[in-house]
Amino acid sequence: MLAAYIVRLARKNMWRHRLRTGLTMAGIAVAIVSFGLLRTVVDSWYAGAELGSSARLITRNEASLSFSLPVTYAARIRRVPGVRGVTWVNWFGGIYVDDKHFFPQYAVDAGSYFDLYPEFVVPPAQLSAFQHDRRGVIVGRKLVRKYGWKIGDQVPLKGTIYPGTWSFTIRGIYGGADAKVDEGQFILHWDYVNEALKRALPSLADRAGVFVVDIDHPAQAAAISAAIDSGFANSLAETRTETQKAFQLGFIAMVDTILLAIQTVAYVVVLIMMAVMANTMAMSARERMREYATLKALGFRDSFVSLLIIGESLSLSLAGGALGIALTFPLADAFFKATRDLFLVFEVRPLTIVLQLVSALLIGLCAALAPAWSSARVRIVDGLRAVT
Amino acid sequence: MATPLPIKRGLSFAYVARNLIARKLTTILTASGMALVVFVFATVLMMAEGLRHTLGGTGSYNNVVIIRQGSQTEVQSSLTREQANLIESLPGLASADRGQARITREVLVLVNLPRRDGGGLANVVVRGTTPTGMLMRPQAKIVAGRAFRPGSSEIIVGSAMTRGKIGLAIGDRVGFGLRDWTIVGVFDAGGNGFDSELWGDSEQMMQAFRRNAYSSVVVGLRDAGSYDAFARAVAAQPLLKVDIKRELAFYADQSEKLANFIAVLGQTITIIFSIGAIIGAMITMYASVANRTREIGTLRALGFRRGNIVSAFIQEAALLGFVAGVAGLVAAAFMQFVEISTTNVQTFSEVVFRLILTPAIAVQVLLFSVFMGVLGGVLPALRASRLEIVDALRSI
Repeated sequence: MLAAYIVRLARKNMWRHRLRTGLTMAGIAVAIVSFGLLRTVVDSWYAGAELGSSARLITRNEASLSFSLPVTYAARIRRVPGVRGVTWVNWFGGIYVDDKHFFPQYAVDAGSYFDLYPEFVVPPAQLSAFQHDRRGVIVGRKLVRKYGWKIGDQVPLKGTIYPGTWSFTIRGIYGGADAKVDEGQFILHWDYVNEALKRALPSLADRAGVFVVDIDHPAQAAAISAAIDSGFANSLAETRTETQKAFQLGFIAMVDTILLAIQTVAYVVVLIMMAVMANTMAMSARERMREYATLKALGFRDSFVSLLIIGESLSLSLAGGALGIALTFPLADAFFKATRDLFLVFEVRPLTIVLQLVSALLIGLCAALAPAWSSARVRIVDGLRAVT
Repeated sequence: MATPLPIKRGLSFAYVARNLIARKLTTILTASGMALVVFVFATVLMMAEGLRHTLGGTGSYNNVVIIRQGSQTEVQSSLTREQANLIESLPGLASADRGQARITREVLVLVNLPRRDGGGLANVVVRGTTPTGMLMRPQAKIVAGRAFRPGSSEIIVGSAMTRGKIGLAIGDRVGFGLRDWTIVGVFDAGGNGFDSELWGDSEQMMQAFRRNAYSSVVVGLRDAGSYDAFARAVAAQPLLKVDIKRELAFYADQSEKLANFIAVLGQTITIIFSIGAIIGAMITMYASVANRTREIGTLRALGFRRGNIVSAFIQEAALLGFVAGVAGLVAAAFMQFVEISTTNVQTFSEVVFRLILTPAIAVQVLLFSVFMGVLGGVLPALRASRLEIVDALRSI
């Protein structure tokens, strides 16, 4: 009863300064939207890595990723019990046109790679065309769209790790089995690169950057990883094996300082809006000091006046918050479309919405604290005499 | 009196300032909202500047880094012993002791070291260098312990590696390349990129990592003008398929991508935030106008013109922005004590840098803050000037 009454009064009060109310609500909406978007950016960064399969292991050089492993390790890894298949990949790192046109290029073992990555769907005829042409490549659908390539096109890349200019022929186009597969990769023959290296830089030949290991049961991942690594212990190239998911999370850990900064900034925006909103409430309360004193003179309690202010503040912040949450979804979609190359998934999580609501609530409550307290405390005589 | 007396001087600045002081709480709240935006903006600029300063200040102008053509970073590059010997014989190089050319053949590898905060592994640059190489980087001074002995498994570490996430200390043993390396000293290169590296003996590193090629060759020029002659000599050698760059420029270029990324991200966030702050300033200024309707009417009746009123309110908003800017800048100044350790996406290696506040950043940030205030004050000021004297005087 009392609550409904207060809400009605609060709504009437909000309407008295339409411009101010509108501006404050817009400000809160902007803050809630940016809070939601920043959180979603951080979430999506991690989400991309968490798509990594835990049924696949990645074996790399123990020293660091910049060291390679002898390709002969493949046979030894395959003999480890529980291993279903092995393939190997090198980071090619070539430049297409210039630095700005970056896409990942992998030199793979053409015979086995696509068996281990069933989520990369290639028409069988194209796959066999790729396997029979050493200079052939298979590229993702997204790259094809971006650069307008078609099957049969020549793509030149300038090597950075592997010197020289390389020319490739597009033999196939892969699509993802679902929306969460990266369709931006450029997959070439490890053999082609290796043959060229044997002639030019023999010291770099017959090496694999990482081995991808398919295992029978994901539950055995830890045991098989340990078995692989112990097989190469105390050799010239020791290995470190982990699940694909852990491997990808390792990459993200490298930029965690930046992610932490974005997260901090997301909370700072809430603080900024708290100050703006507190200002609005303080001004409203000061202007109405005489009204509050009148209410008290009529017999309303101090707590009623406080509740009136808190009610108005909360209605304002929640209305702004709701508007912000509603705007988050179309904006997140637009952001995803604009930055398609950066993220594999971009979804607003339920937790983000809950946090947005909590922030709106907090903004409203904190903003009301000071004016509610001082209005409740003011003596009737002083209040009636107050000059605005 | 038909027309009000024209007043040329307008409203005094003291009047403007006192209006802000009269409404302390509102001023403080609005200013603190704007100050937070300024703080974020300044911090981002300081971060990008710190990164540029760290990598941009690495090396010497008269040193030239030579890497394999197209390899972009030292880690990806390789140069054979024959190529290094050939470079040594080229003209334009300074001579070190015993009449030999000033040249250092270096090996650069990335080694995984655990982070102390349990956040996985960091890719740390290990540089195999030579006594000449140490002489060619006079800015790197041993601050604790001693230099490594050539031909031994001793290493020295940059001062940034002894702090923060990696936290190495003298006496620690670091295992890589099937060997344990003992840390015998700490060097400090004045906060530049070398401070994030581990240095040891070049030939020992080659043995440990079983490589027979160098990563890069760094030479000292005879004088600042001999770069062009040297570059021509390199280009004339068909056996040398290399890229050459002055050492300073080489490392400065490696900071560009990350610094740009930080700057773009920061500016986007700042623009969004400043919308909130401008709205805050607008609310305050509108209220300021509404509260003083009668006062404005009185001023107009006294002869102040519409332009005077607009200018007074815009000055008030600008002052509000300025106060917020100063507050935000003071807070941001404390961020200079913060050190950031992250991976440089361009070289894939750990880099430690400190935030730096330059006068240029301070000016930029203050202008931005004043601009935010003025933007928030324009509409309310126009409303104030449009009030009719009679209506304004009658209002309660």
